[in-house]
Amino acid sequence: MMNLSPRQRRVSLLTLIAPSLFWLIVFFLVPLLIVAAMSFGQRGTYGGVEWNLTLNNFGRLADPLYLKIFRRSFMIAGITTIVCLLIGYPLAYWIARRAPKRRTLFIMLLIVPFWTNFLVRTYAWLLILRDQGLVNLAWTGPLHSAALWLAATLPGGFTSSLSQLTAAPLGLFGTDLAIIIGLVYGWLPDMVLPCYAAIERYDFSLSEAAEDLYANRLRTFTRVVLPLTLPGIMAGSVLVFIPSLGAYITPDLLGGARSVMIGNVIYSQFMAARDYPFGAAVAMGLMAVMVIGTIIYFRMGTSGSPEVESVEAGI
Amino acid sequence: MKGGPLRHFLNANALLTFTFLYAPILILILYSFNASKLAYNWRGLSLRWYIELFQDQAIGSALRNSLIVALSSTTISTIFGTMVALAMERYDFWGKLPFDALLYLPIIIPDVAMAVMLLMFFVLAHMPLGLYTIIISHVAFNISFVAVVVRARLAQFDMTVEEAAADLYADNWQTFRRVTLPLLMPGILGGALLAFTLSLDDFVITFFTSGPGSTTLPLRIYSMVKLGVTPEVNALSSMMILVSMVLVFISYLLQRGGGPQIATI
Repeated sequence: MMNLSPRQRRVSLLTLIAPSLFWLIVFFLVPLLIVAAMSFGQRGTYGGVEWNLTLNNFGRLADPLYLKIFRRSFMIAGITTIVCLLIGYPLAYWIARRAPKRRTLFIMLLIVPFWTNFLVRTYAWLLILRDQGLVNLAWTGPLHSAALWLAATLPGGFTSSLSQLTAAPLGLFGTDLAIIIGLVYGWLPDMVLPCYAAIERYDFSLSEAAEDLYANRLRTFTRVVLPLTLPGIMAGSVLVFIPSLGAYITPDLLGGARSVMIGNVIYSQFMAARDYPFGAAVAMGLMAVMVIGTIIYFRMGTSGSPEVESVEAGI
Repeated sequence: MKGGPLRHFLNANALLTFTFLYAPILILILYSFNASKLAYNWRGLSLRWYIELFQDQAIGSALRNSLIVALSSTTISTIFGTMVALAMERYDFWGKLPFDALLYLPIIIPDVAMAVMLLMFFVLAHMPLGLYTIIISHVAFNISFVAVVVRARLAQFDMTVEEAAADLYADNWQTFRRVTLPLLMPGILGGALLAFTLSLDDFVITFFTSGPGSTTLPLRIYSMVKLGVTPEVNALSSMMILVSMVLVFISYLLQRGGGPQIATI
């Protein structure tokens, strides 16, 4: 491909990018611009869109009802990210300290559930968390029996309240906690893989050097390991936070009627309320958060490791 | 890290996390063999739900739709994605940076947002929703995924083999056909496999861009779940888990010939 004339080069370049350029402009950029323009429009009398310039839709985002949903979505996505980090970083560290052959095996093990349909994975948690689910079978079954036995042998306020507590289902289903469990389950590998890439690249002789200089384990970790693997942590956090914030299936299946997130608001505006301009404004707000997150992600410069880039693409 | 509580903590964390990842899948598969219609009522092992599954007409047509969408969108996006990956790695051109950003956007945009965008586009363009609008939408996000995987492969490409081919009087087309393409193949296949999986997996975008008669497998599962948890869904889900495991295994075999980057997709 190197002995082409400038003209041939131009033609071959054009041929190579034209199909994708066409597709991405017509079926991605134009739709994006339509929704952006729509967010300044107004809901028409018959449910269509009147294309005028108003900021009303963005003003409505501050409505206490929606503000509450946005706050909850940010909180759920934030907690999900923190939980993923607390579980995922130590796991990444553990994998990175295995023998090279073992590492590939454990990374594969981490990815296998990831290739499974997201809907199916969320449904699996529905089976576990609902009132007749496995968790509650254990809670009202063996645990309740144990609590009753305890209350009979050791009568007292604590044991009797314990037996009362286990008599009814936990009621996990339909709560924010259920959503967080579902989201952590769905996006954990997104945290582990960038952290793993950063830790794997970390030169562990630096830890030895720090310990030679009388730093204890904790100081070695906080002053050396953590700062050097921070890009992985940031990248992982962005990769978990963005899809969690925009989640639709998880709150829809595990959250029930009480727990609604931004994704469900967008869905109902487009599919039920038919208020396209307001739905578009919510979608644009979500995308603004995503763009900020992405800028952080690229600033952190996790690129460079093709292995991890393709892994991330796979997610 | 020799011994100590830290090592115990790390071991325990790894064990618990892998349990957390696999327990729900195993429970689901176990449920699918339950003879009872009620999930909380274990009546012993049975293939009853699998038999009902294979006799379900609606699931058959949903599977057919899913395969049509996945195969067409994979074919189109693999060709386009590979071409654009070659352009991005081999050429410098005006507007490359914004184009690169455009190429990355479909990967990071929340799927609800992309679904809404496409729905509005199809509505305004007066395109009736159906299988082909789903295919168009799937290609729109799959091009980017294929491009990233193929570019990762191209980035480690040893350009000197192409020079060697040229030295041996191969013309450009022969060089591409006989040298570049075969060396790139693991990346292309990896990208195609990823696109196929993402297409089969997609619920949200398909949900918004599907019309009457174009129900795919995830849409069918969703409505079955919404109407009430039927044991048939357990059997169907278990089958889908099995298929994804097979796909992972294929990708594992592919990467053995293809460098480390595909190993981990």
